[in-house]
Amino acid sequence: MTDNTTGKSRRAFLKGAAMTGVGLAAGQANAASPDPLITEVQPWASGLGDGVDAAPYGMPIEYEDDVVRRNVEWLTADTISSINFTPIHALDGTITPQGCAFERHHSGAIELKKEDYRLMINGMVDQPLVFTYADLERFPRENHVYFCECAANTGMEWAGAQLNGAQFTHGMIHNMEYTGVPLRTLLEEAGYDTAGKWVYVEGADASSNGRSIPMEKALDDVLVAFKANGEALRKEHGYPVRLVVPGWEGNMWVKWIRRIEVANAPVESREETSKYTDVLANGVARKWTWEMDAKSVVTSPSPQAPISHGKGPLVISGLAWSGRGAIKRVDVSVDGGKTWQTARLAKPGEKMALTRFYLDTEWNGEEMLLQSRAMDETGYVQPTKAQLREVRGLNSIYHNNCIQTWLVRANGEAENVEVS
Amino acid sequence: MSKFLKAAAALAVVSTPVMADTFGIGRAALPEEIAAWDKDVRPDGTGLPVGSGDVLTGEEVFADQCAVCHGDFAEGVGNWPKLAGGADTLADDDPLKTVGSYWPYLSTTWDYVNRSMPFGNAQSLSPDEVYAIVAYILYSNDLVDDEFVLSNETFSEVTLPNHDGFILDDRLETEHSKWVGEPCMENCKDEVEVTMRAMVLDVTPEEDEPEPEDALEEVEAPIAEVATLDPELVAAGEKVFKKCKACHQVGEGAKNKTGPILNGIVGQAAGGVEGFKYSKALQAKADEGLVWTEDTLAAFLAKPKAFMKGTKMSFSGLRKEKDLAAITAYLASVDD
Repeated sequence: MTDNTTGKSRRAFLKGAAMTGVGLAAGQANAASPDPLITEVQPWASGLGDGVDAAPYGMPIEYEDDVVRRNVEWLTADTISSINFTPIHALDGTITPQGCAFERHHSGAIELKKEDYRLMINGMVDQPLVFTYADLERFPRENHVYFCECAANTGMEWAGAQLNGAQFTHGMIHNMEYTGVPLRTLLEEAGYDTAGKWVYVEGADASSNGRSIPMEKALDDVLVAFKANGEALRKEHGYPVRLVVPGWEGNMWVKWIRRIEVANAPVESREETSKYTDVLANGVARKWTWEMDAKSVVTSPSPQAPISHGKGPLVISGLAWSGRGAIKRVDVSVDGGKTWQTARLAKPGEKMALTRFYLDTEWNGEEMLLQSRAMDETGYVQPTKAQLREVRGLNSIYHNNCIQTWLVRANGEAENVEVS
Repeated sequence: MSKFLKAAAALAVVSTPVMADTFGIGRAALPEEIAAWDKDVRPDGTGLPVGSGDVLTGEEVFADQCAVCHGDFAEGVGNWPKLAGGADTLADDDPLKTVGSYWPYLSTTWDYVNRSMPFGNAQSLSPDEVYAIVAYILYSNDLVDDEFVLSNETFSEVTLPNHDGFILDDRLETEHSKWVGEPCMENCKDEVEVTMRAMVLDVTPEEDEPEPEDALEEVEAPIAEVATLDPELVAAGEKVFKKCKACHQVGEGAKNKTGPILNGIVGQAAGGVEGFKYSKALQAKADEGLVWTEDTLAAFLAKPKAFMKGTKMSFSGLRKEKDLAAITAYLASVDD
């Protein structure tokens, strides 16, 4: 516990002293007077805390009650067919706790009991089958960590810097460890016909959200998942069973999945024609834009996570991901893209999962234009907004994976901006 | 899907079912079960049931079932989707994407209305009603005349204007091939200027303010009244209320949406919610002195259009007595 060599964590708690210590050359600040939090016996050091029966299922401590999902009311007509955002500015590491992982519903989050759950496989199969929830738990299962990103993440930023916070610009994403049965196993159980080049997957809720997935992907890495981060899926994420489609847009991760139909053609459902298609500048739209391109964002500092400690050591941190494989490298710029430094990856990137990066730096207290730039294992480099607009125009809504810029002022506050 | 299954069976002759080692888990799906769930409709009309509906019938059904969100002429209300208009706007600064201007396949419209609409009461329409609604949507987009009848027979006569407006994802060729390789690390540009700032727009939601203490006290007061209601009935009513939530809000922070706030509605004079624009029909009833008691509410909610001809509440009504009792108990529990 007595780590006098770095002294960093201790110093962080000397709040007032740290701010006034700005002018000191060697870093360590001097306290003007003894800290009563140290010199006086505090209530928690004397009295008793909660018993083990106080919270059979615990929630975060009250001091963290600002770390919550938020929605943007003007985005949608109501909150039932709507979306909210993960507080990525306040999280670290890569796993998103289920309780604050973004939600997107088309007819609200329904309540479907395990006992009432049925999954049907039909269409071009040798034997159409019905599985119960209990049936699914008897198939060999796997564990994988994957990100799930809504295709519309950052979609409000096409025409210009609009929402002021990483939660709002990049929070339609979460990253969880899923437990489930490979879709391939279930298709084999029903004896799928090799002439069936597609599977249509459909949810049990009133929106009947359904998407067509090429058989090649279905047989590759798609999971029929029933656990996330070790526990049952949350209601809002499709309890008791959802589809996991690694690297592909979130709308295809059908929640409350009830039916899988093997077919020789796509259905061309509403969500794969009128929505989740990307209009280009000439009015022609791209369809079947399933993969999520490589992308990154600095989560701290950011508009909702300003620098509170003045100049000196600063941890710049963020997230990077790619729907086409693992993140290989992330560069960070503090001058709006004139010069770049390669950040440190907390762990080597994993396929279709969030990667945490850090740039441990020394802030001179001056204005910064903070950017991050991801590179994935295919060699692809995250583009600027100008590059994207040149190809796509301003109206594609979906798949905006541009480099994000935060203007960090001398007082530590940050703002979402666009730069030349 | 019978046509589709036949096609599949024909194909099966020339291809091999994959019969890897199976686990013998699950059971055979019965034909009735497949018929109940397999309702998707394909672009060539595969999956359409027999039936028909004309534009004029569609106009009526649309007014009853759809107009509250989509407008009488499919022009959309507030932030709800516009279904008509927008022809030739796809290359504009602000394209309007509707069934007429954007959707490539008529099957998608039929399928979506049939399985997912009306919002809050999905899968309640008959095939003829769906044909009629879709005929009316086509008419609203000037794609058919007012004598048009849409049926499983005439379905293939209609091709939507933007049928050929889509290309397959070409990002690998147009983007990925360009944006690869070692990126610039130094002297990447001479000047950097801020060209746009989010704070200028000021559309970001505020973080919640901590609640003042006296607000908490206010919330506690009505609990005594609520206690006289049957808690089980109130809980059941809360579930029934899910049908209403698309348009009505209750509780703290509730706002008028498509329908008015319903806090304290039981015992309130009709038409009394501040800032809500009522239909003429409701205003007339209010002028006659209508008060929302549990009885009048139950009568209204059983068959809104019969109780109040001309109401703009597009809800077909609650058929079950126990749902009516539950919803009125729930509404009585949500005080001001």
